[in-house]
Amino acid sequence: MSVDIAVIDYGMGNLRSVSKAIEHVAPAASVVVTSDPKVIAEAGRVVFPGQGAAPDCLREIDARGLRQVIIDAAHSKPFLGICMGMQVLFEHSEEGDTPCLGILPGTVQRFPHEAMHDIKGDKLKVPHMGWNNVHQAMPHPLWVGIEEGERFYFVHSYFVQPTTPDVIAGFSHYPFPFTCAVASGNIFAVQFHPEKSQNAGLTLLGNFVTWNPGGADSACDMSGATCA
Amino acid sequence: MLAKRIIPCLDVTNGRVVKGVNFVELQDAGDPVEIARRYNEAGADELTFLDITASSDNRDLILHIIEAVASEVFIPLTVGGGVRAVADVQRLLNAGADKVSINTSAVTNPQLVKDASDRYGSQCIVVAIDAKRVGDHWEVFTHGGRTATGLDAIEWAKKMEGLGAGELLLTSMDRDGTKSGFDLELTRAISDAVDIPIIASGGVGTLQHLVDGVREGRADAVLAASIFHFGEYGIEEAKKYMKQHGIEVRL
Repeated sequence: MSVDIAVIDYGMGNLRSVSKAIEHVAPAASVVVTSDPKVIAEAGRVVFPGQGAAPDCLREIDARGLRQVIIDAAHSKPFLGICMGMQVLFEHSEEGDTPCLGILPGTVQRFPHEAMHDIKGDKLKVPHMGWNNVHQAMPHPLWVGIEEGERFYFVHSYFVQPTTPDVIAGFSHYPFPFTCAVASGNIFAVQFHPEKSQNAGLTLLGNFVTWNPGGADSACDMSGATCA
Repeated sequence: MLAKRIIPCLDVTNGRVVKGVNFVELQDAGDPVEIARRYNEAGADELTFLDITASSDNRDLILHIIEAVASEVFIPLTVGGGVRAVADVQRLLNAGADKVSINTSAVTNPQLVKDASDRYGSQCIVVAIDAKRVGDHWEVFTHGGRTATGLDAIEWAKKMEGLGAGELLLTSMDRDGTKSGFDLELTRAISDAVDIPIIASGGVGTLQHLVDGVREGRADAVLAASIFHFGEYGIEEAKKYMKQHGIEVRL
């Protein structure tokens, strides 16, 4: 029997939080943490988390033969990328000069040392770690019930720079604006950790498990109308 | 804007929280899961569990606690105490910890910090530094402040950053338990010396101490135990006070 939600396990860090948070918002769904391409291919929805460094992530994805099934899932079913799982969707990461999956156009760059000061001139630390405001750049079914400017938990040293601005679904400031959420078709991906962002994060995950990208809410997304 | 974090620290031994936690109508004052849930509801930005279990027989109890807490509290969880090997880091992360704090073992085996951060990423490796003023500088101590290492705390902080620590938990052994405020000079010296976030710890007695830790000490986060556990102040009250003093917080 196919599972409702597959959380892709490619050996990069703690997936327990992600699966527990999804089980919390979708108690009736079958949620599995898996590295089996067949299970991922047959799942109704896919969550692609990830921590650690980009070169290791790509290496582990390929070591498990998961590259194609990730690309296929990103094109065919509700797909949620989280943190490193967002970054590697793009074409290239500055981290270890790593070619990535190339599903979305753009690159991944490090917070530049020379820019890391606030308006008072105080040093800003990298990694960007903690709760920051997320500004919604477009209406989207995954933002429903989440206030504009709500805080989410971040921990990262690199950020994505999409070459097509129309995929930017959300941004944050550190100290300059950077993209922290992207949306394209059935892909939604976030730099922050919804599984660690208390109620706002659970709301986003709850929206994901009921999201129907091919359905009416997606049409409403295209029209730019509010999807309440 | 990125918020400064408030992190309550829970001391756990043999599966129980040992310091009193003074929430109204707490069913079981020693139950780590209930206490974690209350702190989460109160607005804690993260939670730190320090396992002070003496007997190795009961060391695995912390894993059950983390599993239970991680199933219903969805904020970052850090666990420290008795982390000696990469396998310990792995067990804690698998149980649901988001970060693991390494203290004495970072001194006895600095390679552990490198191996663990290479394997699991810097974001989940916190190095705890216990520092004490000795003459004109600060020295790193281990074993709860009893053992001098001869290491200069500032140089040590830089070395830990270089080996892959993603964050430093800095405790002033001179101030710990005194309620006289953080060692601001120490906190600022370390914060200025590295690019990674600093959690200030040791000495909090008033809400003004939290403000001073951020403004004067340039800490990115403040950790406190007794002022919250014994109900002197609430998390929200602390955050409101910090906000009134111009500090960005998550309210």
